Amino acid sequence: MADEPREPKPPQPPPGEKPAGSPSPTATPPAKPADASAPAAPAAKPAPPAAPPKPPVVLQTPLNNELVARLRAKFEAGIVEAMEDRKQAIVTVERARLGEIALHLRDEEKFDMLSDLTAVDWPKREKRFDVVLNLYSFPKNERLRVKAWAADGEEVPSLTGVWPVANWLEREAFDMFGIVFAGHPGLTRILLPEEWQGHPLRKDYDILQQDTAWVRENLGIESGQ
Amino acid sequence: MEAERETTLSSEATTENKTLLGADELIINMGPQHPSTHGVLRVKLKLDGERVIGSECIIGYLHRGVEKIGENRTYQQFAPYVDRMDYVAAVSNGLGYCEAIEKLLVVEAPPRARVIRTILTELQRIASHLLWLGTHALDIGALTPLFYCMREREEILKIFEKYCGARLTTHAFRIGGLQYEAYDTLEKDVERFCKDFESRVAEYETLLTQNRIWIGRTKGVGILTAEDAIAFGVTGPVLRASGVKWDLRKAAPYAAYDQYKFEIPVGTTGDTYDRYLVRMEEMRQSRLICLQAIENIPAGPILAKVGKVLKPPPGEVYHAIEAPKGELGYYVVSDGTVQPYRVRIRPPSFINLQAFDRMVRGHLVADVVAIIGTIDIVLGEVDR
Repeated sequence: MADEPREPKPPQPPPGEKPAGSPSPTATPPAKPADASAPAAPAAKPAPPAAPPKPPVVLQTPLNNELVARLRAKFEAGIVEAMEDRKQAIVTVERARLGEIALHLRDEEKFDMLSDLTAVDWPKREKRFDVVLNLYSFPKNERLRVKAWAADGEEVPSLTGVWPVANWLEREAFDMFGIVFAGHPGLTRILLPEEWQGHPLRKDYDILQQDTAWVRENLGIESGQ
Repeated sequence: MEAERETTLSSEATTENKTLLGADELIINMGPQHPSTHGVLRVKLKLDGERVIGSECIIGYLHRGVEKIGENRTYQQFAPYVDRMDYVAAVSNGLGYCEAIEKLLVVEAPPRARVIRTILTELQRIASHLLWLGTHALDIGALTPLFYCMREREEILKIFEKYCGARLTTHAFRIGGLQYEAYDTLEKDVERFCKDFESRVAEYETLLTQNRIWIGRTKGVGILTAEDAIAFGVTGPVLRASGVKWDLRKAAPYAAYDQYKFEIPVGTTGDTYDRYLVRMEEMRQSRLICLQAIENIPAGPILAKVGKVLKPPPGEVYHAIEAPKGELGYYVVSDGTVQPYRVRIRPPSFINLQAFDRMVRGHLVADVVAIIGTIDIVLGEVDR
């Protein structure tokens, strides 16, 4: 599952050509095809149409371990997708059910710490935001990444009741992306000034862009650049 | 607007205290320009007499949009920026970033680079804890330790300077390994430092550990239980002082930590005094790691073959290290181009600071200063 600390790091592939940037997206040096697909194998689920024909190392594989099987049994359609990327487990869940799934993960699956909550913006996608939770389990020493997709303006259930740490993290995601968390006790900006307009970590917010009106009014200068 | 802000002062704030304070209640403001807030932290305190009944941290004064900058630089160009987050532990930031990108690229730094990284990172941990000790003691009223701590920290910074030319924002590592070979007398310098340092830690302890004023100001102050610590995502020495024996160097070894023997110190009550003891012991353990590491630095290359242009295959990775302040995580998403699609930094200071409100309630105003110091925050990392 997630990042498996104790195992030796994967043998280093002959690293020569990688950065030269071959156009194929999954192209990494050949030579260890068995490696990435191995952990997914033992589960009983029907083998998904994975990647046998590809010679290069497959970094993303479908994930079918016991945890995912248990989650699928419990939440059925609530679990949208489960995959592994570079041996880190990622489970995508339905946005509306994020709250109950989070509670289940905390209490039943012992993911007792929310290490991080953030978002990624994919403006071309219909649901442009990934809300990303990085969970950690102290008893199991495992990590799990949970994602939920949200369109602009769609509310995501707040997790402050599940993990109190989510309070500031959700405020930061709101500040930077404009994602609204329903049920948050005080969803205000945290890093930017309260009156600031715009959400800087959105992809359509240019790096040189700023709230010029705010800068002029509060700093008395034309530009912060 | 002011009345509205007060509702967020305490999470227990309800409608009846929305607009009115009780007759004995008072709101005072600490910072952002206050010497004991360790930077530009502003704290609003709601007081009943001299007792704190609620608090709110107002942050962001040092926000530079590091994550946005990361999306607009190449992978290598962004590396020096991470040094500017926790600027008293730049080497640790750099290590976390380089290792995260290596994971994304599916390459691994050569053994020699990993050992040298470990040595420098542990020295950095000692330097960071020394700065914490000096300033924390100064906040509480003990002036002397600061001078001693700065003296030892200077020795570490000299080693960094000899190694890479910089003392604070070092940019010591490169993606794939190291840029600079260890200088000739690195082992000797580290050994000399470690030899002296043992008696120096003992010296600090004679100043503080049994000091009645120190005990009076720190014991029972700012207690954080293990359950609260986990619920608030608190990591690092603060978590360990609450009795949770968890250190990423053991739980998910990176660099060369799996080769060395060291202990994880834990506290029992989770008060300011325990956090002090835990960090003191951590400095000793870091010293032991350095001594083990210099004994056998493997020969070989220092940089994996990563090429000049880095285009990690699309995908994402989360990599966390045990920085001096706690779990420093990098969540990096690649879309296959030379620039990261998204770099998320999980800053330990930011998340640990959130537990401040829990720790400060019921204490006196003077204890607020002790509690800010004991969390060991760096505002460059809180605000990014």
